[in-house]
Amino acid sequence: MAMTSARPFIKSRLLPGLLLFLAGAVIYLLFGSGVDWSQQATFGLNPTGRTEALVIPDLTLPVKASVVVLSLVAVFLGAWQMARGIRSSGLAVGLVAFAFVAAFLLWATKDNSFSLVGMLSSSLVRATPIALAALCGVISERAAVVNIGIEGILLISAQTAVIVGTKSGNLYVALIAAILVGGLVGAFHALMAVKFKVDQIVSGVAINIFAVGATSFVSSRFLEKDINGLNNSGTFPTISVPLLSKIPVLGPVLFENNIIVFLMMILVVVLHVVLFYTPWGLRTRAVGEHPKAADTLGVNVFLTRYVNVILGGMIAGLGGAYFTIGAVGRFDEVMTAGKGFIGLAAMIFGKWTPFGAFAASLLFGFADSLQVKLQILGIPIPSEFLLMAPYIVTMVVLAGVVGSAMAPAADGVPYEKN
Amino acid sequence: MSTVLELQGITKSFPGVLANDHIDLTLEQGEVHALLGENGAGKTTLMNILYGLYKPDEGKIKIKGNEVEIHSPNDAIRQGIGMVHQHFMLVPVMTVTENVMLGVETTRAGVFLDRAAVARKIREISERYGLEVDPDAYIKDLPVGAQQRVEIIKVLYREADILILDEPTAVLTPQEVEGLFKIIKTLVEKGKSLIFITHKLKEVLAIADRITVLRGGRVVGTVKPQEVTQEKLASMMVGREVSLVVKKQPANPGEVVLEVKDLHVRDERHNLTVRGVSFEVRAGEVLGIAGVQGNGQTELVYALTGLTPIVSGEIKIAGQTIHNTAPRQILERGVAHIPEDRQRHGLVLPFPIHDNMVLCTYYLPPFANGMVLQEKVIAENAARLAEEFDVRTPSVFVPASSLSGGNQQKVIVAREFSRPIKLLIASQPTRGLDVGSIEYIHSRIIQKRSEGTGVLLVSSELDEIMALSDRIAVMYKGQIVAIVPASKASKEYLGLLMAGIHPDEAAEKAVEATEEVERVF
Amino acid sequence: MSAKETKTSKAKPRKEKDLQDKKRPGAWQVIAMPLLAVLTGLLVGAIVIVVTDARVIAAYRNFFQDPLGAIGLTFQTILVAYGALFSGALGSPERIFLAFERLFTTGETDGLVRAFWPLSESLVAATPYMLAGLAVAIGFKAGLFNIGAEGQFLMGALGSAWIGYTFHLPWYLHLPLALLGGAVAGALWAAVPGYLKATTGAHEVVNTIMMNWISFRLSDWLLNGPMKATGYRPITPVVDSTATLPRFFPDPIRLNLGFIVALAAAALVYWLLFKTTFGFEVRAVGTNPDASKYAGINVPRNIVLVMMLSGALAGLGGATQVLGVDHWVGQGFSAGYGFDSIAIALLGKSHPVGVILSALLWGALRNGATRMQSMAGIPIDIISIIQGLVIVFIAAPVIIRWLYRIRTLETEKVVLTRGWGK
Repeated sequence: MAMTSARPFIKSRLLPGLLLFLAGAVIYLLFGSGVDWSQQATFGLNPTGRTEALVIPDLTLPVKASVVVLSLVAVFLGAWQMARGIRSSGLAVGLVAFAFVAAFLLWATKDNSFSLVGMLSSSLVRATPIALAALCGVISERAAVVNIGIEGILLISAQTAVIVGTKSGNLYVALIAAILVGGLVGAFHALMAVKFKVDQIVSGVAINIFAVGATSFVSSRFLEKDINGLNNSGTFPTISVPLLSKIPVLGPVLFENNIIVFLMMILVVVLHVVLFYTPWGLRTRAVGEHPKAADTLGVNVFLTRYVNVILGGMIAGLGGAYFTIGAVGRFDEVMTAGKGFIGLAAMIFGKWTPFGAFAASLLFGFADSLQVKLQILGIPIPSEFLLMAPYIVTMVVLAGVVGSAMAPAADGVPYEKN
Repeated sequence: MSTVLELQGITKSFPGVLANDHIDLTLEQGEVHALLGENGAGKTTLMNILYGLYKPDEGKIKIKGNEVEIHSPNDAIRQGIGMVHQHFMLVPVMTVTENVMLGVETTRAGVFLDRAAVARKIREISERYGLEVDPDAYIKDLPVGAQQRVEIIKVLYREADILILDEPTAVLTPQEVEGLFKIIKTLVEKGKSLIFITHKLKEVLAIADRITVLRGGRVVGTVKPQEVTQEKLASMMVGREVSLVVKKQPANPGEVVLEVKDLHVRDERHNLTVRGVSFEVRAGEVLGIAGVQGNGQTELVYALTGLTPIVSGEIKIAGQTIHNTAPRQILERGVAHIPEDRQRHGLVLPFPIHDNMVLCTYYLPPFANGMVLQEKVIAENAARLAEEFDVRTPSVFVPASSLSGGNQQKVIVAREFSRPIKLLIASQPTRGLDVGSIEYIHSRIIQKRSEGTGVLLVSSELDEIMALSDRIAVMYKGQIVAIVPASKASKEYLGLLMAGIHPDEAAEKAVEATEEVERVF
Repeated sequence: MSAKETKTSKAKPRKEKDLQDKKRPGAWQVIAMPLLAVLTGLLVGAIVIVVTDARVIAAYRNFFQDPLGAIGLTFQTILVAYGALFSGALGSPERIFLAFERLFTTGETDGLVRAFWPLSESLVAATPYMLAGLAVAIGFKAGLFNIGAEGQFLMGALGSAWIGYTFHLPWYLHLPLALLGGAVAGALWAAVPGYLKATTGAHEVVNTIMMNWISFRLSDWLLNGPMKATGYRPITPVVDSTATLPRFFPDPIRLNLGFIVALAAAALVYWLLFKTTFGFEVRAVGTNPDASKYAGINVPRNIVLVMMLSGALAGLGGATQVLGVDHWVGQGFSAGYGFDSIAIALLGKSHPVGVILSALLWGALRNGATRMQSMAGIPIDIISIIQGLVIVFIAAPVIIRWLYRIRTLETEKVVLTRGWGK
């Protein structure tokens, strides 16, 4: 069989290979060429200012040599691609992206030190609302309801949390209120999508617009007039899990967080188990792939969708609470800044699985926290450009991955019973 | 024998259509009762009512003498009714076990799915009824015949006594049909009762104990197979005498209009589904491509019409090589395409008929002057074509979606035949149509052939292939296993080829099989 | 409220009717839904105003002592708010009448200018809405949901401002060049998500939103750096007078050529969509991309072209706002235009004529809301709440039908984009 006609070969093998070569060259030129061989970067592996965890030595690396190694990784991948073809394009893109970011960090940290633990820790924290938005997306879309209104849910429940928290003085009450309000908006979306069979994207956009309007209205009508009485809730304290938080590097990153971060991590595991190992998950997935088949077997398609979208709304509500009572203790207009949409991208990148979505969220959280940390290092890039990072990463990831990611087959299609 | 199911005066209307008009039907214990009727006669509506998917406007359902209300599939399942749908109700990305247990999951600790226990029970059912299937296989990896067995297992797993099989043979090879009939016999022996829905006359005569014929939503009559002939059934079904053969002159092949060499194509999921196909079509002949659905025919047609890029190989249309050429350039070389999925590819349903009539030519004079559309010309063109091709519509300004399936197909045929063409690629051109439309479209295709157009006909209906083709190519697993002159092809021989049997072996077997198959049919 | 009702239902049907296709009966039916949607939105808005008003709440606490007072106060609150909205949008009929009287008796025009000022401001506000609404509408026609009109609007404004203050040319070159600059900037900004959609299938909803955020950051940087005017506020320099859109009337009436540009753009879009082969392709791709591909239409190319056209319209919207009204760009310049334009496109059923009408309505609402904020203390964000509701009602006509017990008016469904794949 003559399988190797020229043009497909160029398109499928040669071109990506060359692109990978190019990536390697770019990595070296940007981050390696202007650096002296003797310059070093120090990465802190201990939490700053505390000595609870076991102290381990910091990581010191020669910048130029490390960047050369990283650019060679991309070149090696390119050669592999041309010679044998790489099966998983996502993996190649991921590795190159990692090499790029690592090289960038090395370059930015030359003759300086940088707390890696702090970086990872803040990545996880900043990934939290994104991951919760992504989980909301996963649970809704597994039942074939596209929820693009997550951004709006985040915003409304963020405001709800701060008001209830300030008024009641109890952050747990505030958390529950945020979750319930998220569920309520989810229920509205479910009603529109399932009952009225409205275009789900339109419904989601309407929720986003409504959320911006409603929260801004409440802000300017009430919150601005009485900041201390309405918009000053305080935040959840950090909880250290005994023993586990003492593990070097991972301990302070994973086990010293506030309740919302812990809840997020627990939800990732719970959702995974529910989706793949319980009857509800089986039904949900069937409803998302082939609702008619599920219907003919007596599975209530509408109920399944309602429940999933409402649960999704509650998860997003938790995510919304993070912005206020989990982070700054105060509501600002449009403070979610597109995190709901980034969460959707994380869901797609994570191929509609809880763990995948979580991993993708970590990537976006990393991009988000990068700008804060880099400003500390004082590198010569305007902060506005660093602030673009999460958005650019989102677009790159979506472009690289969407072709190979398969959405649930019935995603976004209303179910007509007859 | 006792009556297990009785339908009395079932009536159901949809906007503008009376789908079921006071239908009575009984099913005896251990009987195969065939429900015969052409597309749109109301068979599927009736069964969907019985299965709780539709709510009847009037009428009663009695099971074992007791009147029951069936509002949902759950009610139907509880009453011991199981249905094997025409379009399989299986989730492709899940395993056999998951599909079978869906809705009636067995759990451990009350929460977690117990896949092993369900798989065990599936194996038991497999053995008992001779339904061979691997519980751990993914549906998407199974051939159609096996998927159908999974559907039957699903029904048996729910302990159904009354089985409804909706057009179960539509996607099977003749040999697979034979296998299915064996399974049906086993089921009946073990005390199950079956309703067998079909529009194929031979099958009902072979398998049914009683036959009820539906036409236009009404019962025309209930007969025993011994009392009727095919012709009698056909006229009951259609309401007039039907000629079962297409009249045509002997072919007069001219120069080669389509040449395909060693073609390889991938499907949407990147599986190589066309693997080294070579053939040619000459002007003035019909080359039929037979084969069970899903053996690469769809991707072959997509590649020929530019809808899918090819991996390797060569396509020449009227002598010119097509290599991942855009669909427009292919159309402009004189290719007409009646697509397999008329609603997905053939029509822009919300567009008015007149726009659909120029879907491929809107940019050419006289329909466009530069970039300005000539609305008057477009409307006149549509009116003329609708008249010529017998499209039944109040006006050419109504959306294509308001037409019946047969008339939608006529719009496509009218559009494709209205421009000068050298090659016609017709994919499942009569699927789901009523007999009148089928006859009409067949005659139009033959007319084109007589005018000297080369025709590539792809169909999974073996009868259609045999009626229209001059030569028949059989496709199996992405390859053409044999190309035979229509005059020398028997149904049995083609069936064996469609099942992947080597041509030489098939020729031998066909002689033996003819006798056996004839017994069954 | 009642004043609003008579205004909208009187003014619009006549215009719309003439434009309706003569083959279809009952132009009334086509516009009844959008009108009812807006009215219902305003009604809910009234409820929001009332239940968030401290005085009204207090009155209801004492409901049993003074029920009439509470009810009276409720209506008074609504009347004050929507009265301000109405007079802010259209001017007070009384003043207009008096102004005319004075014109005829004394020949004085000052009063006339003041009386018509609110109305002209509504038209001024409607101008960018028309263009941004058209941008979203043409996307819908091709099955693309451009929710990034805001970013394209901003980039268009920055582009035209840059040309406006950098070059010094005669007006007949400068003005067209500045407008073109806005359109090109918007088109390029929208081309990115368009290209990504066409080649990789990445969904434009997410990507246009991401482009919005990138445009905000970019503009922050530009306004604090390369494009910053001397002085300490982060704004661009004022554009040359040769690049401004000429105004039709003496100050303070700001109605300008931009309004005509917007109307011309609508006419052009109408012609493109319904009278040309390009429009045929766009509509075919928007309704059935598979059939379009079958028919030989280059679907990816269409997607990129439509996104660019959409971006160009949004960018032109930004340009008319800069060149016609503000003459410079500052922070938060584009706030709200993106979401507003979605509501306008949906309200106008993605039809150019509908978009013009709904943009006029929207301009009036937005303009009136400013006055409502200053007169009645109702935050202008109430309009966004009403907006979200209007979109819901338009997308789910079932709700409106159920509310007003209307039998099937039209079977039309809003079908835009679906799912993530392809």
